[in-house]
Amino acid sequence: MRLKKEKNTKKSSKNLYYSFSFLIVVIVLYVVLFFLKPEKLVNSLYASWNIFISIIPVLILVIFLMGVSNYLLKPKKVSKYLGKKSGLKGWFLSTLFGILSHGSIYVWYPLLKDLKERGMRTGLIAVFLYNRAIKIPLLPIMIYYFGIFFVIILCIYMIVASVLQGKIIEIIEDKYIVQRGENV
Amino acid sequence: MKTANKKIENKRKQIILSFYKALKSFGATLPILIGVILLIGLFKVNIPSKLISSIFTGEIFRDTFFGSMIGSISAGNPITSYIIGGELLKEGVGLFAVTAFITAWVTVGLIQLPAEASILGKRFALMRNVLSFLFSILVAIATVLTLKVII
Repeated sequence: MRLKKEKNTKKSSKNLYYSFSFLIVVIVLYVVLFFLKPEKLVNSLYASWNIFISIIPVLILVIFLMGVSNYLLKPKKVSKYLGKKSGLKGWFLSTLFGILSHGSIYVWYPLLKDLKERGMRTGLIAVFLYNRAIKIPLLPIMIYYFGIFFVIILCIYMIVASVLQGKIIEIIEDKYIVQRGENV
Repeated sequence: MKTANKKIENKRKQIILSFYKALKSFGATLPILIGVILLIGLFKVNIPSKLISSIFTGEIFRDTFFGSMIGSISAGNPITSYIIGGELLKEGVGLFAVTAFITAWVTVGLIQLPAEASILGKRFALMRNVLSFLFSILVAIATVLTLKVII
């Protein structure tokens, strides 16, 4: 138990180091841009600020949903719907949740991490992430540019691709686990 | 009465703890989140849409591949990809390339890859993005071919 806790602390500090290194690299890019094209720096910062402002409500919603899922979703429940033994219903629910979810993709990562730790299948995480590409509120503009038939066909193929992708990821993960087990 | 109060108190504690955990978990992802937003800002301002239209030539497989490549390194709201894709179509870029471009834009996240790898694991993130890239090509070809059969 103690060993597991120590391992988790080590992992989270490593992740934090990785996160801050990434942020520092991006800041360095901005410093370089300041010396090369200072006017573009202001525009880039303005574009970033706009993105940040637009996702604030979603961020708040995500934190709230994470809190609710921490309280309501126990590992047993998740593994029942989206866990190892979840059948067709799990694939259907992750597809549906993926389509209905909104906001930037990276604001959902912490929630998925939480669900993964509670037993969510990796294939279903992939399905959820892939189906986030289908945005119901944005369909009208897609129809305007490409037509309704195009949009319907594309959405159907994307759902099929998401399930295939999830299955492939699970097969590879299973093989990796078996191989690792044989090597240990 | 005392047991009922204790139960309510326990529930309250659990709720507070659940939201504290949520905030803590979210706080750990903030450096990556800020980094990604700043990077998207850089891409939005410094990669002009004219550069995108100069790359597509008309060859189906080459265009579909490049469509997926450019869609993969681009990021932002999908609405932007629909608008760019629609405008590229108007400028004569093929539907294979544009479909691959908009599909990869929303399914592959090279810019978000560090965040995804850090939070969901390197192996998973890499596998998911490589497969999404391949599927964006297949989905584009299947969609356009089906559309040609139907219409």
